[in-house]
Amino acid sequence: MKIKSNLAVSDSGFIFNPSNGDSFSTNTVGADIILLLKSGKSFEEIKKEIGNKYEVDDILFEKDFHDFVSQLQDYYLVSND
Amino acid sequence: MSTEKLKYERPAIRKMNTGLMNKFGTRTEYAPFTHIDGVSVKELISNYGSPCFVISERTIRRTYQNAVRAFKTRYPKVQFAWSYKTNYLDAVCNVFHQEGSWAEVVSIFEYSKAIANGVPGNKILFNGPEKTKADMTIAIENGSYIHIDHFDELYDLIEVTTELKKSAKVAIRVNMDTGVYPMWDRFGFNYESGQAWNAINKIMASEYLDLVGLHCHIGTFMLTPSAYGVAASKLSDLAVNIKYVYNKAIQYLDLGGGFPSANTLRGSYLPGSDVIPTIDEFAEVITSTILNYGYKKEELPLLILETGRALIDDAGYLLGSVIANKRLSDGRRATIMDFGVNILFTAFWYEHKITPAQEFSTHTEDMVLYGPLCMNIDVVRQSVTLPALNKGDNVVVHKVGAYNMTQWMQFIAMRPKVVLIDTNGNHHIIRENETVDTLKEMERLPEHLNTFDL
Repeated sequence: MKIKSNLAVSDSGFIFNPSNGDSFSTNTVGADIILLLKSGKSFEEIKKEIGNKYEVDDILFEKDFHDFVSQLQDYYLVSND
Repeated sequence: MSTEKLKYERPAIRKMNTGLMNKFGTRTEYAPFTHIDGVSVKELISNYGSPCFVISERTIRRTYQNAVRAFKTRYPKVQFAWSYKTNYLDAVCNVFHQEGSWAEVVSIFEYSKAIANGVPGNKILFNGPEKTKADMTIAIENGSYIHIDHFDELYDLIEVTTELKKSAKVAIRVNMDTGVYPMWDRFGFNYESGQAWNAINKIMASEYLDLVGLHCHIGTFMLTPSAYGVAASKLSDLAVNIKYVYNKAIQYLDLGGGFPSANTLRGSYLPGSDVIPTIDEFAEVITSTILNYGYKKEELPLLILETGRALIDDAGYLLGSVIANKRLSDGRRATIMDFGVNILFTAFWYEHKITPAQEFSTHTEDMVLYGPLCMNIDVVRQSVTLPALNKGDNVVVHKVGAYNMTQWMQFIAMRPKVVLIDTNGNHHIIRENETVDTLKEMERLPEHLNTFDL
């Protein structure tokens, strides 16, 4: 699973999809995950990075991550190749 | 050297719309609600559990004093009577009684509570459609005011007083067209059809009934002050006719209750606080109608008000916690709270304001708030825009003082503690939570059902 390569993602969490003109806002954790996904990191790598930066345990993050990714899929922001 | 980690917030994303109105409304919460009257919400939850109800004594007194001021500055003789059904926890009732409120009850159960609280019998108004002859006897012996609801009750009362050879102080409840529909005509005697006047004639012809008052209660959550003007005018019309025909001055007019609180009704376009009239607007229309009606100065009736909701709703809070988050099949966020319609009965008709009790970021989500019951009806908010809430986060539901602590159900879960914060910031449990033992205490198991073999 990858974030679509043509998405514009700002550090502050603003996302623009040039293929259909949709724009989105995320909170800081959401923006971090998108940037990490965009750089090609795996779930395990992302979990480690987020765990180092934020006060969160692995189980909670895993639940939230999968829920967040399902939202990204709903918004057509990921490609499943 | 270790660096401190940042506070985690559930990742969330929101599509940005331009031009279209968000049907869930805009964000409403800008700051966490961390303290009630200076007491920390987290501390209350850690001491008394989650969920729990919290009542601010300071808010009750302030709201009551404001309502009294609104009426007493406009009319010389005003008496409030605390509507027990709105919240009959003894501690709450006694705050109102300390402030000078009489008791207004609608059943012998509430009547007994008022007596047990120490309210003198002659300061209790006994309303409601169900009063047995035994109930009437108690009320007559105590010198309470009996508000007659229907002819069957009137005939019963004539029988009881004749047997006792004792006089009863009575009023009739009058229903009427005040221009607000649907009209409340199930209680009392109708004004327009002449039924109320018939009841008055019957009472005046009886030996032991002393007609001292006229009562009405025109509706609930009334948003139109002018309806009270119509009511005051129609009651005054009856009072003036009684004076003319029987040369008897009516001692009091009881305008009942029905003033709204600042809650938002479901389906309302604007928040409740933006649409409800102030207590002064109700006071102005009621008092000016009576004052201008033409009573002789010495016969101006006492004005009684049975305001419930508007005096207690603001003082009540429900503290709760997030049990879980999930996503519905259509992509909507659903958050499950540890309180539902079992204890927050008013969620059926209000869109309650709900605020997180801890810091949050500016990012919000549209969500459905569910309660913990395994029942489809258990919806606290059908749609609300709130910051991302994590499992275990705490929230505060505002303005829940009216009706929840009387209409709550022991269904699936048990009822929680109720805590009062006094005017010095000390907190007291005023009702314990139920336990399995509380409920089992009332059950009886026939002997043949004692054992089974699975």
